[in-house]
Amino acid sequence: MMEKMIFGRYVPADSVIHRMDPRSKLILIFLFVCIVFLANNLLTYGFLTVYTFFMIALSKVPFRFIYTGLKPVLLLVIFTLFLHLFLTKEGEVIFQFGWLTIYEEGLRQGVFISLRFFLLILMTSILTLTTTPIEITDGLESLLAPLNKIKFPVHELALMMSISLRFIPTLMQETDKIMKAQTARGVDFASGPIKDRVKAIIPLLIPLFVSSFKRAEELAVAMEARGYRGGEGRTKYRQLSWGLKDTGMLALLAALTLVLFLLRT
Amino acid sequence: MDISLQNVEYRYQVNTPFERLAIKDVSIDIPSGTFLAIIGHTGSGKSTVLQHLNALLKPTEGKVVIGDRVITADKKQKNLKEVRQKVGIVFQFPEHQLFEETVEKDICFGPMNFGVSEEEAQKRARAAIQQVGLPEEILNKSPFELSGGQMRRVAIAGVLAMEPEVIVLDEPTAGLDPRGRKEIMDMFFSLHQTRGLSTVLVTHSMEDASRYADQIVIMHNGEVYEKGTPKEIFSSPEGLLKLGLDVPEVVRFQQKIEKSFNTRFSKTCLTMEELTEEVALLVKRGAPK
Repeated sequence: MMEKMIFGRYVPADSVIHRMDPRSKLILIFLFVCIVFLANNLLTYGFLTVYTFFMIALSKVPFRFIYTGLKPVLLLVIFTLFLHLFLTKEGEVIFQFGWLTIYEEGLRQGVFISLRFFLLILMTSILTLTTTPIEITDGLESLLAPLNKIKFPVHELALMMSISLRFIPTLMQETDKIMKAQTARGVDFASGPIKDRVKAIIPLLIPLFVSSFKRAEELAVAMEARGYRGGEGRTKYRQLSWGLKDTGMLALLAALTLVLFLLRT
Repeated sequence: MDISLQNVEYRYQVNTPFERLAIKDVSIDIPSGTFLAIIGHTGSGKSTVLQHLNALLKPTEGKVVIGDRVITADKKQKNLKEVRQKVGIVFQFPEHQLFEETVEKDICFGPMNFGVSEEEAQKRARAAIQQVGLPEEILNKSPFELSGGQMRRVAIAGVLAMEPEVIVLDEPTAGLDPRGRKEIMDMFFSLHQTRGLSTVLVTHSMEDASRYADQIVIMHNGEVYEKGTPKEIFSSPEGLLKLGLDVPEVVRFQQKIEKSFNTRFSKTCLTMEELTEEVALLVKRGAPK
């Protein structure tokens, strides 16, 4: 039932994007999120779109898979589009039917903002699809290391992140299992009136909570039993290495930024 | 109620990079009143087969016939409640599905979902709790203050209270102590006999399979490797041993005797009683020289 979810899911493959240093990927995403706001006309948005799809192609993750996984989010994107379409009242009227009036500016903003939204989601999905959770946290820990100077608990934060990411699939499996068990006991999760469906969540959530708490405790005990004490002096098994492709990718993004600066109006 | 799987294939996550074939070309008949054991290694597809028995999974190829319902890949299924009421599944570690405030409410949850009145459900809860060998006082406790073994029994009672015609058990005794194991299996077996239920047992235990089942299906790599009565299966154990599966202790003991006394018994013995008789015969007539 949860099979189609792609958030936080890693698709193993051998591609440039997969082999990139997680740090460069994180920086790339961060910068991308910033420069998305530079685009403000057809040409600049075009460049952004081409860049994003180029990245997807490089990552070798089948586009159909990304598409089916993002379907639920797409609804939100379309909702944004309509919101702008109906609520912005600037520019010339391009369409009128009864109480419904669509203005030029509304269409423009609606399309651009939902496209922006969509591109952001795509790019961040590429990050999680091509980077194992452990790489992401390693990368973050390394990037945030300077914050240690001001006593910010970077290692603990990274650990928290990797634990929660690690348990997403486990939790999904557990959800699926309990859903099946309760379905076998006559619960209908998929159809029926909304009221019943909301009620159906209870027999799912309570067992999930119970097992999560149990699991958290077991994990804590197992960590202590193996002598875990925290970040101080802890060495790393996986070493991050910054390569030519990382610099190259950042250079490509810099070029894109330049193009956006030049072409924006 | 008869259940039959005909050339069933199931793929997980079709059309994603994670697509995986779980079972293929599985045909199993479970006529009403059968006690069927499904044996196989972890990952052999046992649990996938099991989830087809009450339409939790829809085959990607082939068809599943449950009573008069036919379930195929292309047909949309509506109103499966009836099927789910008639085929009760006890999942592995069923204690994980408990959630209500009291044991009684939890046991009543299943029957009430299938439209049974509250009084009737409570009556069933009392009957079910006795069946699983727990005192009635436990009905008012919270399921979360019970011991692991008690929770298991409560969860089983929750399925029994649905009064299914077919009961499907996925390693119901995993993680229990030997005595609890035997008690629970004996309970299921007596239910099977007295109520004329069909029972499907997924298990690792050859002992349980040989002791209780009329039919055994051996799964290997998502396919049916062998099927037959316990006698048929265990009298030629070479296949089983090749798969790295075990044979019941009684059968192993018989093999050893036959080998060291250089003789053959007239049949494969599945119970201790049968074996002692054969051994007594052997002692009386003496080993061949």
